[in-house]
Amino acid sequence: MLEIRWHSRAGQGAVTGAKGLADVISTTGKHVQAFAFYGSAKRGAAMTAYNRVDDKVIMNHEKYMEPDFVFVIDPALAITTDITINGKDTTKYIITTHLSTEELIKIQPKLEGKEVYTLDCITIANETIGRAIPNTPMLGAFMKISGMYDIEFFKESMQRVLAKLPQKIVDANMVAIQRAYDEVK
Amino acid sequence: MAFDKMELRDIEVWDGNHAAAQAMRQCQIDVVSAYPITPSTPIVEGYAKFKSDNYVEGEFVMVESEHAAMSGCIGAAAAGGRVATATSSQGLALMVETLYQASGMRLPIVLNIVNRALAAPLNVNGDHSDMYLCRDSGWIQFDAFSPQEAYDLNFIAFKVSEDHDVRLPAIVNQDGFITSHTAQGVYTMADDDAYNFVGEYKPMNDMLDFENPVTHGVQTEEDWHFEHKARQHNDMMTKVSPKIEEVFSDFEKLTGRKYNQVECYDMDDADVAVVCMGTSVETAREVATEMRAKGLKAGVVGLRVVRPFPFAEIGNALKDIKAVAALDRSAPGGAAGMLFNEIAGSLFNTDSKMLLSGYIYGLGGRDLLKSHLVDLFNELQANADAGKVLTQQQQFIGVRGPKLAYL
Repeated sequence: MLEIRWHSRAGQGAVTGAKGLADVISTTGKHVQAFAFYGSAKRGAAMTAYNRVDDKVIMNHEKYMEPDFVFVIDPALAITTDITINGKDTTKYIITTHLSTEELIKIQPKLEGKEVYTLDCITIANETIGRAIPNTPMLGAFMKISGMYDIEFFKESMQRVLAKLPQKIVDANMVAIQRAYDEVK
Repeated sequence: MAFDKMELRDIEVWDGNHAAAQAMRQCQIDVVSAYPITPSTPIVEGYAKFKSDNYVEGEFVMVESEHAAMSGCIGAAAAGGRVATATSSQGLALMVETLYQASGMRLPIVLNIVNRALAAPLNVNGDHSDMYLCRDSGWIQFDAFSPQEAYDLNFIAFKVSEDHDVRLPAIVNQDGFITSHTAQGVYTMADDDAYNFVGEYKPMNDMLDFENPVTHGVQTEEDWHFEHKARQHNDMMTKVSPKIEEVFSDFEKLTGRKYNQVECYDMDDADVAVVCMGTSVETAREVATEMRAKGLKAGVVGLRVVRPFPFAEIGNALKDIKAVAALDRSAPGGAAGMLFNEIAGSLFNTDSKMLLSGYIYGLGGRDLLKSHLVDLFNELQANADAGKVLTQQQQFIGVRGPKLAYL
């Protein structure tokens, strides 16, 4: 079982990202779950979304999770919320920030000793898609860090998932995914 | 008016709301009259989008309240149409008066309820309070444990409800958020296969049949009211269950997916078992398998049909079990939980020596943890070993503060 927790603000596309990832993974024969904690959250409120992936049918509906990966798609949340909660020794963190990994760990000591990767999904999204929607860049970074799928296969799959959007936006997302794949470290 | 068919992949990643909306589209409903409420809103929203994108031929009526939504459904069903809607929680509470009208008028309507807590305090998350609120309303009630089942049970609900021997409205329940907003793989049916399964709607006693005029919504005082209610109950008790079995069997032939009124998991040689509904059934199955690896003979019973309550099937599933827990996800309001009472009723006056204990859990969306279920199975095993219930008969799971236990 692979488990992922997303930290986001409502409106940044974590739910869409989690569902898109689940959709792509499902086409490869694996079983998936994508869900989120909503409450009465308003746009901009901190929220979490989740993915589960397994070779067999996923029966666990606990909201509790000890994630294998933590995705942080809003830079402030790495500072203002505990993104390490229920983490394991092996949990990998992919965090959007304009800081370097070392600078980030300096101001968030809870990340000390953890496997942390960083990139600036917000800037990538702004420069490619034209809006601060950092969900697809995060998935590009995830492909690089996890090695889950070949990036070309992933981009092809995401074109189908995003097919309802105008072609210009789909193309911009592909550039964003590739940039994130190349820039995460 | 022509409408478009939709190409679906064999497996789509859908949440429970979208699965229900897709099933409604495929059933070619004549009238959907609806008012949105969290967490069922995306069913209504999704269906309306299908309508605006020309995938739906029928009428979509936006109304001013849930009471009006079901009233619209009742009018359309009495006129002779295939009818459905969706709601949750406070919306269902406002709708309740009309639920009794629908069942009393013997109108086949399908209602998707995305289960959510009832205020106060206000809460949008999932529990079974709304399901329990209308349990005596004379509606058939199915319960889905996953998005796949929310999809499948809609077709089954139409086919059972619309049968001329049944003519009772049907509810399809799914857990708010944990099913409704959780995307999982759903095996789909092609539009034609799905529609052919439910078939063309054949109205009975419809108001628009001018050759055979009928009256709907009549008044009967003590001279006839009881006879009407008795006949309605008789049909619920004698005609619905065989029809459900028949439709489950037809559905299995079409899709390979087998449903049962009572879903038994590892029950054949079980010593201890939990009985529950919704997504908790699946989580409990996973924990039961883990408990078996530790040598504890654990099983799970999931209630697929809530009304008519499968009295005989539950009794049969549990009669040889040593210790059973009934898990109710609704505040019991001064009594034992519904499942506790119904299960006790199923096995009273039999030879069963089952030890039954009741648990209230998950109110307002409180997470049911696997660790809660591990503790629960161990507690049941202790009861089985001792030959008596060692705790009080009603306990609360996962609530903060001092341990609560009653009865």
